[in-house]
Amino acid sequence: MSLWEYANPAKFMALSGRILPTLTIGAAVLLFGGLIWGFFGTPADYKQGSTVKIIFLHVPTALMAINAWIMMLVASLIWLVRRHHVSALAAKAAAPIGMTMTLIALATGAIWGKPMWGTYWAWDPRLTSFMILLVFYFGYLALWEAIEDKDTAADLTSILCIVGSVFALLSRYAVNFWSQGLHQGASLSLDKEQHVDNAFYFPLLVCIGGMVLLFITLVLVRTRTEIRARRLGALRAREV
Amino acid sequence: MLLNVSNLNCMRADKLILSNVSLSVDNGDCLILRGPNGSGKTTLLRYLAGLSGGRYNNNIAFSGHLDGVKSTLTVRENLEFWAGIYGFDQVNNVMDQLLLTSLQDRAAGDMSAGQKRRLGLARMLLTGASVWLMDEPTVSLDTATSEVIAKAIKAHCENGGAAIISTHIDLDIPRARILTITDFTAKPTDHKNLFLEGVF
Amino acid sequence: MKSLILRDLKLAFRSGGGFALTLAFFLIVVMFVPFGVGANLELLSRIAPGILWIGALLSCLLSLDRIFQLDWEDGTLEALATSPIPLSGIATAKACAHWITTGLPITIAAIPLGYLLNLPTDAYTWLIASLALGTPALSFIGAFGAAITVGIKRGGLLLSLLVLPLYIPTLMLGAQVVATGTQNPAQLLALVAAISLLSIALIPPACAIALRANLR
Repeated sequence: MSLWEYANPAKFMALSGRILPTLTIGAAVLLFGGLIWGFFGTPADYKQGSTVKIIFLHVPTALMAINAWIMMLVASLIWLVRRHHVSALAAKAAAPIGMTMTLIALATGAIWGKPMWGTYWAWDPRLTSFMILLVFYFGYLALWEAIEDKDTAADLTSILCIVGSVFALLSRYAVNFWSQGLHQGASLSLDKEQHVDNAFYFPLLVCIGGMVLLFITLVLVRTRTEIRARRLGALRAREV
Repeated sequence: MLLNVSNLNCMRADKLILSNVSLSVDNGDCLILRGPNGSGKTTLLRYLAGLSGGRYNNNIAFSGHLDGVKSTLTVRENLEFWAGIYGFDQVNNVMDQLLLTSLQDRAAGDMSAGQKRRLGLARMLLTGASVWLMDEPTVSLDTATSEVIAKAIKAHCENGGAAIISTHIDLDIPRARILTITDFTAKPTDHKNLFLEGVF
Repeated sequence: MKSLILRDLKLAFRSGGGFALTLAFFLIVVMFVPFGVGANLELLSRIAPGILWIGALLSCLLSLDRIFQLDWEDGTLEALATSPIPLSGIATAKACAHWITTGLPITIAAIPLGYLLNLPTDAYTWLIASLALGTPALSFIGAFGAAITVGIKRGGLLLSLLVLPLYIPTLMLGAQVVATGTQNPAQLLALVAAISLLSIALIPPACAIALRANLR
């Protein structure tokens, strides 16, 4: 009874179909609950007022933006090594979700930034890294769209994801050197740590948990759709 | 036994088109693949060459629809490049055999289709491979050029090589066996498409 | 493999004058900067490192699609794929040939172009060093993008979208090296070299996977 059983599309559909309702409810409960708790159930920060509460949306989406890419990386490796179609389709399914998370993270960061530091955007390491991640997502999605043959597309996007991950990691460190050098002092201290005291900590955890479940739910739903699309294609091919 | 496959399934774009292919060639064999367009001859040849799945085999040379000829290089430069890759310094002999010696300093782009095809075939000779896989080698060529090509294939087989050729034309090669691709056409029920498992 | 590099160099020079087009583009891009931001020498001096690096990068980008596409179109890539040279060796050879016709000329041409942009005198050594060590990464990463998009007609824009994000670390560090001039950028230079070495090691097998997928 190994996890690899679920590389079989039929088994995957069966399992995902069974757990999806529970997952959806869990995601909804955690996410809405966490957000409501965070927005309304915590005291306003003495320094930043209520705008800091966007952190309950900003941090989870930012975390998921990165985790989505990591999941795509693992799925891509599994495809290249073990040729499990479900894995390739899961990576394809996760990409738009990850990209949207990145966009939301950037947007909520901008909304937070304006009242806090007087600017929607700053070229500091963290923000820049997220912008770079966004562009990596664009490339990945564009490639899926550009290739007709499904297996070739899976191969090419997988190797792109792997090579991209290496360079995304390199960018993460290059950005630090870059911001120190050319932009002395452009550091908006966006350390989440200094804004998180106990009252915020637990609702934040709940929101993060909710976002993780939301991500899994959406990936499962989209993967199921991709599998159905492939089934449709296979049925059409049979008729020829 | 130069090349032997059995129970081979060939897929093209997610669909099984050939199932349980079995064939073998020995020294001197010439196997002709016959079948309508789209029946999978190209897919099979490319598989055997190691291009669509399959593995690299240094005893095999492949010639596809395109000539594999650089148009800005001369005939001699094209061939010397391949001789350098394969370590088979037989450029002059090969040019003689395919009547390219008088063209040796002409840029490949300035040649006719027949001449270019002969140049592509010259590359096959330079590989030193025993098994030649050729996909429609004489298509859109005049009779004279087709004869030159057929003669070269015949000579190759007589020298102990083998060839698997897909063609609609009778190349007039003695001892040629015919393999009808449609014998191996996969029936729709043959293919257990992974995505359709458990659906019905 | 060496014969493949020589062949590609011969081909590059026969059609399109080898590196001439790339250098012409580099010149034009550099010219555009004063056209766009004004000819204030002090400003130009400050942004020169970045502009030279960006110009170098874009000039490299232009010739990337030739790396595999020409051979794809006339069937030579298939012929090479069935030859004794492994696909990763083919990729390495072609990336090397690309560097010789783009990265190398760009490194040399950057010197007079730096003068046009009023680059500080002590930055020239670092300019040459960073370009010499960084442009190999550009060629190899570019070859990867070219391998992925070889089967796509008019894939130039997609190629740029895929390759430019991968160029970011080299760009950031390379420009930094030139900008920080005399303040001991040796560490950054080492990083630039490291990225190039990593690319040379990692990219050819990745190209092989991409080419194999496209040749199927």
